[in-house]
Amino acid sequence: MIELRNPQALVDYCQRIRTAADPQQRRIRVCDGTGCRALGSRRVLARLQETLGEAGLAGEIEVVPTGCPGFCELGPLITIDPEKIAYNRVSVDDVPAIVAKTIARGEIIDGLVFVDPVTGQTIIHDNELPFYTKQMRRVLELNGEIDPSRIEDYIAHDGYASLSKALYKMTPEQVIEEVRQSGLRGRGGAGFSTGLKWRFCRQSPGDVKYIICNADEGDPGAFMDRSILEGNPHSVVEGMIIGAYAMGATQGYVYVRNEYPLAVQNLRIALKRAREHGLLGKNILGSGFDFDIEIRVGSGAFVCGEETALMASIEGKIGEPRPRPPYPAQSGLWGKPTNINNVKTWSNIPLIVRNGADWFSSVGTENSKGTMIFSLVGNIRNTGLVEVPMGISLRELIYDVGGGVPGGKEFKAAQIGGPSGGCIPKEHLDVPIDYESLTALGAIMGSGGLVVADEDTCMVDLARYFLKFTQEESCGKCVPCRIGTRAMLQTLERICAGQGREGDIEYLIELGQEVKRSSLCALGGTAPNPVLTTIRYFRDEYEAHIYDKKCPARVCKGLITYEIVAELCSGCMVCARNCPAGAITGEKGQPHVINPQVCSRCGVCQSLCKFDAIVVY
Amino acid sequence: MIGVVIDGQQIETEPGRTILQVAREHGIHIPTLCYHEAMEPFAACRLCVVEVEAARVRKLVASCAYPCTDGLVVHTNSDVVLQSRRITVELLMASSAHVPIIRQLADEFGISEPRFTMEENDCILCGLCVRACQEIVGVDAISVINRGIEKEVSPPFHIASHACIGCGTCVLVCPTGALTLADISGGAPAVHPGKSEFEAVDCRAWGHHALAPKFADHTALLAEEVAP
Amino acid sequence: MHFEPSELVETIERNGVGASLISVLEEVQTRYHYLPREAMILVSERLGMPLSQVYSVATFYHAFSLVPRGKHKICVCTGTACHVRGAVQVLDRLKARLGVEPGGTTRDREFTLETVNCLGCCALGPVVVLDDEYEGQMTTKKVDKLLKRAMRQVGEEQ
Repeated sequence: MIELRNPQALVDYCQRIRTAADPQQRRIRVCDGTGCRALGSRRVLARLQETLGEAGLAGEIEVVPTGCPGFCELGPLITIDPEKIAYNRVSVDDVPAIVAKTIARGEIIDGLVFVDPVTGQTIIHDNELPFYTKQMRRVLELNGEIDPSRIEDYIAHDGYASLSKALYKMTPEQVIEEVRQSGLRGRGGAGFSTGLKWRFCRQSPGDVKYIICNADEGDPGAFMDRSILEGNPHSVVEGMIIGAYAMGATQGYVYVRNEYPLAVQNLRIALKRAREHGLLGKNILGSGFDFDIEIRVGSGAFVCGEETALMASIEGKIGEPRPRPPYPAQSGLWGKPTNINNVKTWSNIPLIVRNGADWFSSVGTENSKGTMIFSLVGNIRNTGLVEVPMGISLRELIYDVGGGVPGGKEFKAAQIGGPSGGCIPKEHLDVPIDYESLTALGAIMGSGGLVVADEDTCMVDLARYFLKFTQEESCGKCVPCRIGTRAMLQTLERICAGQGREGDIEYLIELGQEVKRSSLCALGGTAPNPVLTTIRYFRDEYEAHIYDKKCPARVCKGLITYEIVAELCSGCMVCARNCPAGAITGEKGQPHVINPQVCSRCGVCQSLCKFDAIVVY
Repeated sequence: MIGVVIDGQQIETEPGRTILQVAREHGIHIPTLCYHEAMEPFAACRLCVVEVEAARVRKLVASCAYPCTDGLVVHTNSDVVLQSRRITVELLMASSAHVPIIRQLADEFGISEPRFTMEENDCILCGLCVRACQEIVGVDAISVINRGIEKEVSPPFHIASHACIGCGTCVLVCPTGALTLADISGGAPAVHPGKSEFEAVDCRAWGHHALAPKFADHTALLAEEVAP
Repeated sequence: MHFEPSELVETIERNGVGASLISVLEEVQTRYHYLPREAMILVSERLGMPLSQVYSVATFYHAFSLVPRGKHKICVCTGTACHVRGAVQVLDRLKARLGVEPGGTTRDREFTLETVNCLGCCALGPVVVLDDEYEGQMTTKKVDKLLKRAMRQVGEEQ
């Protein structure tokens, strides 16, 4: 194991790795992130190794498991180097053909390449895929390129060169100034100036300081942080060491939610490798600077994404926030000055130190610099992880990068910022993605979760869904959040059940505004946002539920009816046999009937009916 | 000394004091429920919220915990503050409208019926009992358990706590009467929570004032430390 | 599963003197599929922490269970992306077939049904995880197939 104890050793090591690498080396990169694993990428990997072995090609062809390159909709994803041939939706049964045809004979397999759904054009090379060409992949650049368990891959791509530069060529203050000048704002959601936050921590008196990476990523539909930790954990580690140096911290923690076992595993490997190479721990790179990082795993509490609750959790307490001031920079973990940043914020740091503040701020808007990473999910064609410059319009993000709404459906709203965020309707599709513009519309940038809802989404139901989530996750300490969100949820549940009343909308607005203003922490402080924005932009839907007792999107169970169209019904009895409520009657060969009093609106019948004989209205 | 402005009144104070402390010293009334001067501020009831102003931006903060800084401008009874307190009281009425101290607050704010109701509960989760047991008495017999709307005060496993010394401090600080200490020698049912029961002993100094034996031991120990 | 005090003492010692209460409880949870009362008492004694604090933490975090969970976990993602793609119907079907609410365990202690707010596989929503196996693009029909497979597995185990 090579211990790097001075900058030159790192430079030499990097050179050696690069020289030893053959640019024409045939490689098969396979996405091994959680998303593709769920689609069977492990089996694909295993079969590839096996088949290559049988073909006698195991020595020639390198198989590289990588992190998530982002095009999750088409996983499992593989890319063949050096040609950069991109195959998608690869199944384990495709592997023999891939080896026999593409690897052995350079033949492209039609069924596995990308076909543009609009133009019908076939695109073979991954760097030409429109999904990627419209992005600006700075932080995500190495996701999908490198094996996250190999520190050599990271070092070969200038990994830890920024750390070396910071330790040997910059003072801590210079590092902070570079970060401040870059305009980087916290990517966890609050968007506070990272450089300023670092400065506050540095200025706090004390020998013992802590830094924390917030990888709790609790927003449903968000997996940016997970993918970075899985696919390029060293970027976060390097960022944290640079930050520790800048702020004078002695110990760091990465707080990862327990639902992310692969991220924890890959991070653990990265920490081990970094220590072995003298890049973490005592006397980092021979500079005399000591700093180490420990992993702490969450235990199923969304509220622990809030800074003070997170720190309480690390201290072995319940995740109850506490009032600020004092801010963590003055008094945080165990009463010591502490700096907490999100995963994406930390992984931007090595890039800023390497390329400079001007490079970072050359992209973005006046007040929102750099790029932002979003998880595009929901009713969108190109579900996945994207990185775009700040200032891009929501329209471009959804249609050009995201490929628009599939199934011929109309776009209805985009929920940005998860349960703390708000929805943005069609009329504001041209809003630039930057902190202030989104806040002005009632939404927030948040951590990057972006859920697209099409015309079949009920916005009242969506608000209810988010509020149910925040209500369940409320720590319960303060009155406005504990009881206020409960009151709002109950009101929404009544509305969705067809028991809405005059005054409900006004009550939701009044209570929502007070819960926002009076809560102890940002959970309660933002929980009403989905309700307030859906009322703001989709008030007519609320009114339909309350006054007309109708759910226009035909989602709310209390307001819809399932009916069998007699003319289309073949009398096959499949629905009747499977109805969990026993609501369907009818004899074989005769049209069946659903009893609306008994029907639970579960939708099983409609999903099973081969004759499209069941309608919802 | 630093200068703050509370409701237009210029006040000089030592640094490191909270808005509530300074307000009370100057006769400015701010209602509280979860605050007790013998314990660390908890900032949970939100009744003590006030507006603080910085760079022409106003926000609501808990005055029991917010530290005074030089030049701080505070509004303790603006419309925003009163509306916030009103809603807080209305929400507390959801399960505790029958509790005297909540009824009193409801009257002050002119609320007759809350718009939202839940199952009746004497406990308003102010946390005073738990904090007293932890911070003042130091035996940690009870804690807040569960989360969110299920939150409640309880000894471990909902059974009588071995750590409880029967000092009655929790009963003393409880603002709603949810906790009580009762003589059950006549066979009356024991009380909530955790139902710690003790065979009382007489206090030697005060005659037949009853003490739980563990409490007697505890104070004896403390007395040893203070005046051996 | 019978609680072994010596195992737990070893766990605590391995975690270190300043061990995080939560890390230790997580190991217990993984080992026994819940937190036995005796384990919590032992943790409290060994870590020098009030039992009331241990109990408070055990009941606050949803990763911990005070009652034994099933041998197999069926987890439905109810994240936003899965929600708009129909996770509710999938969950309803599982509730009906297993006869439990989310968080509940079947009477034979084989299956615990749970929900989780986003596994991060939004492209394949709705997602159900049976132990470590992910099933994507779930429909109510696929639920029946999944359960058939799961029951067969249980049968083989017995």
